[in-house]
Amino acid sequence: MLSRRSALAVAGSSAALSFLSGHVRAQGQQRFASLSVFVPAGPGGGWDGLGRAIEQVARQAGMVGSFQFENVGGAGGTVGLPRFVSQRRGRGDAVMVGGAIMVGAVLANRSPVGLKDVTPLARMTTEPSVIVVPASSDIRDIAGLLAALKSNPGATSVAGGSAGGIDHIILGLLLKSQGRSAKDGSYVAFAGGGPAQAAILGAQVKAGISGISEFAEQVKAGRMRALATTGATRSLDNVPTLKESGVDIVMGNWRGVFGPPGLKPEDREKLVKFFTDLDASSAWQEMCQRQGWDRAFLAGSDFEAFLKSDEAATAEVLKEVGLV
Amino acid sequence: MDVWSGLSLGFGNALTLTNMGWALLGCFLGTAIGVLPGIGPALTIALLLPITFQVSATGAFILFCGVFYGAMYGGSTTSILLNTPGESGSIITALEGAKMARHGRAGPALYTAAIGSFIAGTIGTLGISFLGPVVVDLALQLGPAEYFSLMILCFVTVSAVLGGSALRGLAALGLGLILGLIGIDLQTGQPRMTFGVTELLDGTDVVLVAVALFAVGEALFLAWRHHDAKQQVLEVGRLAMSKEDWKRSIGPWFRGAALGFPFGVMPAGGTEMPTMLSYYFERKLVRPKYRHEFGTTGAIEGVAGPEAANNAAAAGILVPMLTLGLPTSATAAIMLSAFQSYGIQPGPMLFTTQAELVWTLIASLYIANVMLVVLNLPLVGLWARILKIPTPQLYAGILVFATIGTYGISNSVVDLVILYTLGIIAMFMRRFDFPTAPVVIGMILGPMAENAMRQALTISQGDWTTFITRPVSVCILALAVIALLGPRLWGLFARRRGLVP
Repeated sequence: MLSRRSALAVAGSSAALSFLSGHVRAQGQQRFASLSVFVPAGPGGGWDGLGRAIEQVARQAGMVGSFQFENVGGAGGTVGLPRFVSQRRGRGDAVMVGGAIMVGAVLANRSPVGLKDVTPLARMTTEPSVIVVPASSDIRDIAGLLAALKSNPGATSVAGGSAGGIDHIILGLLLKSQGRSAKDGSYVAFAGGGPAQAAILGAQVKAGISGISEFAEQVKAGRMRALATTGATRSLDNVPTLKESGVDIVMGNWRGVFGPPGLKPEDREKLVKFFTDLDASSAWQEMCQRQGWDRAFLAGSDFEAFLKSDEAATAEVLKEVGLV
Repeated sequence: MDVWSGLSLGFGNALTLTNMGWALLGCFLGTAIGVLPGIGPALTIALLLPITFQVSATGAFILFCGVFYGAMYGGSTTSILLNTPGESGSIITALEGAKMARHGRAGPALYTAAIGSFIAGTIGTLGISFLGPVVVDLALQLGPAEYFSLMILCFVTVSAVLGGSALRGLAALGLGLILGLIGIDLQTGQPRMTFGVTELLDGTDVVLVAVALFAVGEALFLAWRHHDAKQQVLEVGRLAMSKEDWKRSIGPWFRGAALGFPFGVMPAGGTEMPTMLSYYFERKLVRPKYRHEFGTTGAIEGVAGPEAANNAAAAGILVPMLTLGLPTSATAAIMLSAFQSYGIQPGPMLFTTQAELVWTLIASLYIANVMLVVLNLPLVGLWARILKIPTPQLYAGILVFATIGTYGISNSVVDLVILYTLGIIAMFMRRFDFPTAPVVIGMILGPMAENAMRQALTISQGDWTTFITRPVSVCILALAVIALLGPRLWGLFARRRGLVP
């Protein structure tokens, strides 16, 4: 069952596999003999992908000797988060992957442990969302969808990920911009990208919202029509952003890395330096391009300030949708 | 590229020594992890992802497909021998399989599972090669309303496992539905019945519940009721299938495969529903001579059918992945991310832009299937020997295996508490003659049906007639009504006419 937990924990994966690799190590200064990466999601998702991309680049550059991964998935990261906080306290060689989805999940689930309990290190990537309609839809552009949302939001069903996530928040903001309440919307939550995409491709719903990488190939193949993206600048050719379409919404699914609580200042410094150098490397930039991520590096106090404003904005929308 | 030239190109690429080596390694790993409860193909492929830095795309995908198919073969082994299903698709196999093993028919049960897996896997792979793009377009026509109706049809299958008392059976089903409610509600994001325990936010794992109810419950029950200290060894019996076993298995294999493949292709289908339906059909279609074996000594039809359905569904899951780039299972999601680490964007154009890779992958599925049946048949004798362990030690071993497996996947004490709480409940259920299978069926179908229903109603703006105004949905509902009432009405009719004494 896809929606169920795939809470998995495995240590020493890369060590066990190094016999398969026989890799040639590029010259580089080793920063950590081993680094443990905690992924509060099942394997295969965006956070897991970020963690493994960090592994790939750092190991090939010889910056880290070996990686240990632990995946504890579920509930937008709020199942794994308390475990990271309690088990890795003060460890200078442990990081957790996380991001925008966790901000919303902590609020919606009223989780007692939140991002305030971990040490923010760096924001690494961001991925704008895209608003699409099935190829067969008679809605041609974003203005058409906005008009439909304004006149009859109940009949304009929109598919996306679990309730309270970024997709849901974007729909809420779109409704607000049209003078409707976020509550009027007809949001259909699907577990996992596959079933949601299938519902849009089969025109079971009127529109869909998700990360660009998830829909990009369907748009390219002409099975879905992209109406608008949610980044500050255009992400797809010939597809306007919401901002230039006259809707003042800029949203992205950002992903980043966090340290455990109780980290010594010098350990924190060392980790931040590691991610700063990783981000600056050409191998990382290539990796981001290949994965379709926008680099969005932000560290230190800038990252902390960003986290605060993101939390406040998310809370406001969730309140309006009626989830908090 | 048409199918035949695609296949010949694919086989040409796959039949090199290196690629065969990857296939063999994958099959071997897959069988091993299939046998272990908890560790599934998704996790294994995730662990193998780092090899994509060094190995060619073709080699890596052949390895992954070997793991995927191998896990489906291996999953049935522990279900049959230890009543401990390793993944959700083999839960139904445990119903009859474990009973067969307890009555000296472990060998034929393992054989029929392996050969059924081979036949269904081959049919499924043929389906991928020849029908893929066609069936996936049909599957996209199904919306939440149709899925809800399909789940209603599956609920009818509960009647096959209710046991002697409908009241007890339905009570067990109710318990399963309640367990299925635990966790965050997908449609509103609100936690339900989690009592503030963060580990419960994502619900309880259905495999964990099945292991608790089947294996732990049985072991505890035996420890409780087994008063005499006599050392008892289970009969292993003859290993090979008899002529009669073959005759009884062929129908279920093909019917199971025919049921499983379309469900696998459906974006919200999965492997569980077809195994339930297959079990139901085989129980209804079995020749009267063998009907008494179901639920008592274990009927071979009840292993052959669901196991074939499971494997065909697993093959079907690859169809939306390869034709549309849709990840409809955890394993498919990881394979798609592996595509990305080679810079290949999986999507509707994969078949045209990466024709060579895709056809090599399909060819390697055929090869993996042959390798797996060759690898698994000789192992039957070895596996069946586990049953020679005296009962107390065997059941103690099952408890240890279930405990380590559970703790191993999640490192969570909460999961162990759930395992033993449910195990103790199952012990009492056995004592008071409540069937445990409806609990698992309720737990699998309940959340799926709830979400499909609410999605359908959101789309229809709360209009319940959506289930009977959509043609496919109403046909499926009609089938469910026939399956539920048909046998009873027929029985009434036959008695009136004096056809039956």
